[in-house]
Amino acid sequence: MASLTRKLERGRAGLSSLGIHAILIAYSVLALFPLYLILLNSFKSRRGIFGDPAGLPNESTFSTKGYQSVITNSDFPLYFGNSLVVTGVALFFILLFGAMAAHALSEYDFPGSTFIGLYLILGIMVPIRLGTVALLKLIVDLNLANTLTALILVYTAQGLPVAIFIFSEFLKNVSHEIKDSARIDGLSEYRIFFEVVIPLVRPVIATVAVFSMIPIWNDLWFPLILSPGESTRTVTLGVQKFVGQYTVDWGAVLAALSVAVVPVLFMYIIFSKQLIRGITAGAVKG
Amino acid sequence: MATLEIINVSKSFGRTEVIRDVSLQVEDGELIVFVGPSGCGKSTMLRMIAGLEQVSAGEIWIGGKQVDHLPPAKRGIAMVFQSYALYPHKNVRGNLGFALKHAGVRREEVEQRVNEAAEILELGDLMDRKPRELSGGQRQRVAIGRAIVREPQIFLFDEPLSNLDAALRVHMRVEILKLHQRLDNNTMIYVTHDQVEAMTLADRIAVFRNGRVEQSGTPMELYRKPANDFVAGFIGSPSMNFLNAEWDAQTEKLSAAGQLLDGSVLQQAGIVLPGESATGLKLGIRPEHLSLSPQGEFSGRVQVFENLGGESFVHINPVDDEVLVAKLEGEHNFRPGDNCCLQANPAFLHLFGADGQRLS
Ligand SMILES: Nc1ncnc2c1ncn2[C@@H]1O[C@H](COP(=O)(O)OP(=O)(O)OP(=O)(O)O)[C@@H](O)[C@H]1O
Ligand SMILES: [Mg+2]
Repeated sequence: MASLTRKLERGRAGLSSLGIHAILIAYSVLALFPLYLILLNSFKSRRGIFGDPAGLPNESTFSTKGYQSVITNSDFPLYFGNSLVVTGVALFFILLFGAMAAHALSEYDFPGSTFIGLYLILGIMVPIRLGTVALLKLIVDLNLANTLTALILVYTAQGLPVAIFIFSEFLKNVSHEIKDSARIDGLSEYRIFFEVVIPLVRPVIATVAVFSMIPIWNDLWFPLILSPGESTRTVTLGVQKFVGQYTVDWGAVLAALSVAVVPVLFMYIIFSKQLIRGITAGAVKG
Repeated sequence: MATLEIINVSKSFGRTEVIRDVSLQVEDGELIVFVGPSGCGKSTMLRMIAGLEQVSAGEIWIGGKQVDHLPPAKRGIAMVFQSYALYPHKNVRGNLGFALKHAGVRREEVEQRVNEAAEILELGDLMDRKPRELSGGQRQRVAIGRAIVREPQIFLFDEPLSNLDAALRVHMRVEILKLHQRLDNNTMIYVTHDQVEAMTLADRIAVFRNGRVEQSGTPMELYRKPANDFVAGFIGSPSMNFLNAEWDAQTEKLSAAGQLLDGSVLQQAGIVLPGESATGLKLGIRPEHLSLSPQGEFSGRVQVFENLGGESFVHINPVDDEVLVAKLEGEHNFRPGDNCCLQANPAFLHLFGADGQRLS
């Protein structure tokens, strides 16, 4: 009798885990399908793309013309570099200032600290794009139009609220006694931050990095408005070049997009272990 | 040479006064224990000595040098925290040597001092482990080792054993006592709210209440002559019995729990009786100073009987609303409702005035 119920229970557990996996797999397929299509079609000729969009490239439709035109006929490497610089530098500032602000808010009690904390996090609720006109005016006044600096500044501002919010949640739980102990060991407040606090929240840094990076890398809005100039285009804007008024070089567009995914994937692969730890840490520890 | 002088120190957080005008002198080589109920300001006092909190008023001197304006690292102190506060990403060796490396001590000397501390605390096999791979007791040993390595003038301990289980706590208590002797009686300040720890470790105890030092003295001084009813109730386990008492100056009798005690008996216990009749007094009797006796002055029904084998505690009601707990040696057997007669040893009676102060 007991063994029967146990068997039943095991069956139910197996079933439910099967169900969960089915849902997850379905979701993954749904999410990955467009990517798959892009990658697939980037290796096909124009006729192949339109003749059989879902088909694998075969002898007659296989072509790397898209990649060739991306690499040779355009400033794509420049755009790619621009994207890397903008994303990398903005990410660096978001992580640095986000962690510093969260640390200051959780560690030091000063008049108005609650207000400043709320003010910094308020940005989560107000999309930065609402301020585009004012931002554009400011950037023009600062003589920063058509520079990467403009993008870096705006993206840093855009990423900070979420970064501060996530960091705050974790830094709140860093033991005060460890910091006090470091103070007794003679560390300055900066070194406490860099040598004691940062190593403790390394998984969180990965989480914030991935969350902040993707909207920046994928953004079309601000590059289009703030720095559409030839030399400061980012990948997303650069791809538009292949979208002509009358003809679209679909092979090149798809190839460019495929290449553009690489850094994001790369980031995920590097950080995935830490990322999962960062996301689950809160859940497990409560 | 490391004495500690605390002179009229006060501390407020915003408008709440946490430490009120505390003065205390700690001699070189003394192990002094701060004890008191939760929230009375022990940790705050310790953190002010460490330099982690600023004093609101008053002065702190360590080894003849005024330190209250110095940062923690310049005060010559080392502190062991309740949560151990080890650096989780460093192994034991890294934790032990961190402060020295940071202070720019030569590599060979760091190594030597780390190894010495490891030997004292028997950490040899654990040197390459991370804190999360250690048990609570081992972590606490590392935390203590980290303090030893710095060769401080004064060791500060903030409830270092309260996260350990009971058996380990007893063991570590002995270890700390041994350490105190081994380090040529280094000055130590030890915070706890466990009065057994206080009694067993301390050269001297300072009892805190509401940000004040109620009394400081050797454990036996506090046990024999508590300055007030609070200290009397706090020191000793189980704690002292208090009976409401009235003094009649005419008849020279003290009435407590329906009994009349002769003034002359009380005077033998060193009690100075008030010149005039007084009410609201408290007669204090420790459980270990009550014994079974058919002619005992306090009799009543047994409420609770706690048998520990070799000794036992019997709770009786001499009158309604008042309870007397007696510690009985040897084997006994009582049931709730039994009649029980207790006699107090007159030499160990305590009397406290209406204001709680000891009358002696
Ligand atoms: N940073 C702070 N801000 C405001 N109030 C504080 C602060 N630190 C401590 N207090 C208050 O000071 C009082 C004394 O605290 P403290 O930590 O010194 O107590 P304690 O005697 O160590 O108690 P415990 O035995 O529980 O550790 C408490 O009422 C506490 O709420
Ligand atoms: Mg405390």
